Order: sequence, then C-alpha cells, then structure tokens
Amino acid sequence: MTDTILVSTRKGLFWIARRSGSWKIEKADFLGDNISLTLTDPRSGLHFVALDHGHFGVKMHRSTATGWEEIAAPAYPPKPEGIEENDAWGRPLAWSTARIWALQAGGADEPGVIWCGTLPGGLFRSTDHGGTWEMVRSLWDHPKRKQWIGGGAELPGIHSILVDPRDSKRVWIAVSTGGIWFTEDSGASWAQRGEGMRAEYMPPELTHDPIAQDVHCLAQCAAAPHRMWVQHHNGIFVSSDEGKTFDEITGVEPSAFGFPVVVHPRDPDTAWFVPEIKDEKRIPRDGRLVVSRTRDGGKTFDILTEGLPQQHAYDVVYRHALALDPSGDRLAFGSTTGGLWVSEDQGEHWCNVTYTLPPIYAVRFA
Amino acid sequence: MARIVFTPNIQRLVECPETEAAGISVREVLDNVFASNPQARSYVLDDQAALRRHMTIFVDGRAIRDRAGLSDPVSAGSRIYVFQALSGG
Repeated sequence: MTDTILVSTRKGLFWIARRSGSWKIEKADFLGDNISLTLTDPRSGLHFVALDHGHFGVKMHRSTATGWEEIAAPAYPPKPEGIEENDAWGRPLAWSTARIWALQAGGADEPGVIWCGTLPGGLFRSTDHGGTWEMVRSLWDHPKRKQWIGGGAELPGIHSILVDPRDSKRVWIAVSTGGIWFTEDSGASWAQRGEGMRAEYMPPELTHDPIAQDVHCLAQCAAAPHRMWVQHHNGIFVSSDEGKTFDEITGVEPSAFGFPVVVHPRDPDTAWFVPEIKDEKRIPRDGRLVVSRTRDGGKTFDILTEGLPQQHAYDVVYRHALALDPSGDRLAFGSTTGGLWVSEDQGEHWCNVTYTLPPIYAVRFA
Repeated sequence: MARIVFTPNIQRLVECPETEAAGISVREVLDNVFASNPQARSYVLDDQAALRRHMTIFVDGRAIRDRAGLSDPVSAGSRIYVFQALSGG
C-alpha cells in the first residue's frame, strides 16, 4: 500500500499522508502556483512536478534531499525558416511547450529514462532523470501528426504514455485528438493503433478513422499488458490485443462519458471510471458523484456511491485525477471543485479527505 | 551599456536583479543578460526565443515592435523594462 498521495492543483502541490488510519493534508509546496502533473519514479524515488507559470511558461522541478530544484523543461526545437504550420482551426501553431500533459517512467532496465507528453503534441524523452530532454522527432515529423486536432484544450496533446512491462522499447501513447500510437523501437518509428473505436460526432467518413479518435485516457493491465482500456469522448472501449483493435462497451450507466480510467494491476477485467453527463455539460448525472467499476471485462458495472456526495455534487474528475495504487485495492480521486476522496477497498467505501482544495488536475500515489 | 529592469512578479520564481548589459538590439542585450543568468531565459523567451506571448518589453518608454526577432535598437544608456500582464484568479 502507498501511504502518500501527491495532488496537483490550480494553486499548489499538496501532500496527503495516511497517519494512524486516516488521511490528512500534510503540507503544500509551490503554494499559489499552477501544478499540472507529478510523477514519482518508482526506480529512483525521485518526484517530478510540472508547473505552468502562465506568462512565464511551463517549468519542471525535481525533488532533492531537502526540497526541489528546477530542471530543464521539455523545449521544442527551432522551427525551420519558412515553415508555416497552422492548427486545425487555421491558427499558427507555435512550436513551444504549452502544457506538460503526461509523465511516465521508463522500464526497470533503463533507469533515468522518463517520457513526457505535451501540448501541442510533442513527445519528449530524457535519459538522465529529466536533466535534459530530447524531442522524439520521428513522431513530431510524422506526416499524420498534423492531423491531430485540439479540442477542449485548444491544442492537440499527448496525455497517456504506457511502457510495456515486458519490453521497455515498446511504448503506446494516446492523443486528444489523434488516437493511439505505438512504437516498438523506443520511439524511432511509430504506427497508428486503435481500430474499432468510434467517434460519433465526426463526419461519417471519419467516424471510424483511428486518427480521429478522442481518447481521453488509455490504461493497461500491468500483469496482462495485452488488455487495454480506453475512456473515450463518447464511450468506453476495451482491447485484448495490445490496442490493435477495440470493442465498444455499450449500455454503460449512468454515462459512457468521462475522463479517467484505471485498471487493476493484476486483473485485466477490473477497471474504474468516473462517469459524467456528456458532453457539453460535463457534470455528474442528477448531482450524484459516482465511480463505476467493472469486474467482468465490461459486461456489467457497479455504481459505487458509499461515502460520495449524492446531492448537488457538480465535481468533474479530470483524466489524471483518478489513481490506483500498486496493491489494486486503494484508490484516490480529486475533483475540479476541490474534493478529494480515498477508498481502501476497491471503491466499495469512500472517505472524504477535504472539500476545500483548489481545482484538482492530477492525483498520484507517490 | 543599457540598464535592464525586470518585473517584480518574475522575482518570486527566478531571481532577475536590475542589471546593465551591452548590445545594440534588445536581442543582444538580453543574450548578454541571460549568459550570466541562464535560468531566467525561459521565463522571458519561449522555445523559439521569441518574447513570451503575455510579456512585453519597453525601451526608453516604447514597447518593442519585433517580438519574435527582438531587433529593436538599443542605445548606450537606454533603459529597458521587461513586464508581463497579470490576469486570472
């Protein structure tokens, strides 16, 4: 069990710790600053935190023995002279890190390797614990990358990165919007994945195009990596062949819309979601905040409510704001209205830690 | 030498003391400042070395015009102010 949770919020990084059986806010770092995401590297124990200083840009800090140090943030390479690139809405696309949206440690056999996904679509790799970053040019220069489209975040971005636990050279990423991409040579070359997903809002000729899919979150079962789950803009999809093909889970209540998904580390049929009313509203149905869980690969879902507000709750849970610890029993999630909940029993019961944090962007077990 | 003053708001994040630097353009002056304070560079300039979107620079009371190239001229004795907008909640 992991007894520390890092909560990234609009106004600081909060450390939540379990002491004498209950969860408390232990301390805050970077108070007042916008924290997008954290990573705790299980190999080194180092913590990484992505800050968005707005006018002053995106920054990265790394833990030290006594606090934090600023390290390099991923930076886009110089845009070649004469290259004009517009986004899907016709606006000039700046080659500049607009947000850090994914941080993932590499495999156990490549200590120091960290992957970082950004808006407007650049993937970066560090081999020295974040001391320096190199853009993965094979993906940025891929001709189909220009078909990625920004949606709610205005710019397209890489939000999910999965490293194959059997072979660190094999990596999947997911893009909103741009579908799922796969490399089996540490990023030297890339192929699109994700046949079978369906974007119901796209023109008919693009509905089933893998690059048109708005994957909100991609998750993989650590013990059974062939099994992947997708929380998509208009549904939940499951793959049993490493993301090559997906089946849609239909009839999901109370809604198939949401942002996060987590998968049990040993049971590929067990996954958790936080459903919201799609799509333009994005609030819990009937003001009831619930977590949904399947234990049978999506045939049925349990609607988990014990300990969650069931009246006038308008919490939205973003894609990085639901976390599962390595035990597979302990879950935590945080909301846009500053609520934080923890469950010790796979979501059967939830304990509220606080209702008063700033808007929560990410929740991670440390 | 031109005199460069940075917005107080940046100081909370990275130390940028008032300083003097040589150069005949904003680019040259800033390059000289950041040579001795490299951490400050990415707080003022973006990945393409252009002025960050919500920042502005005044040279002797005039906002610069070349935000990407920073070619606006600077004289010996110029006063350069690096500012940003504040917004949000």
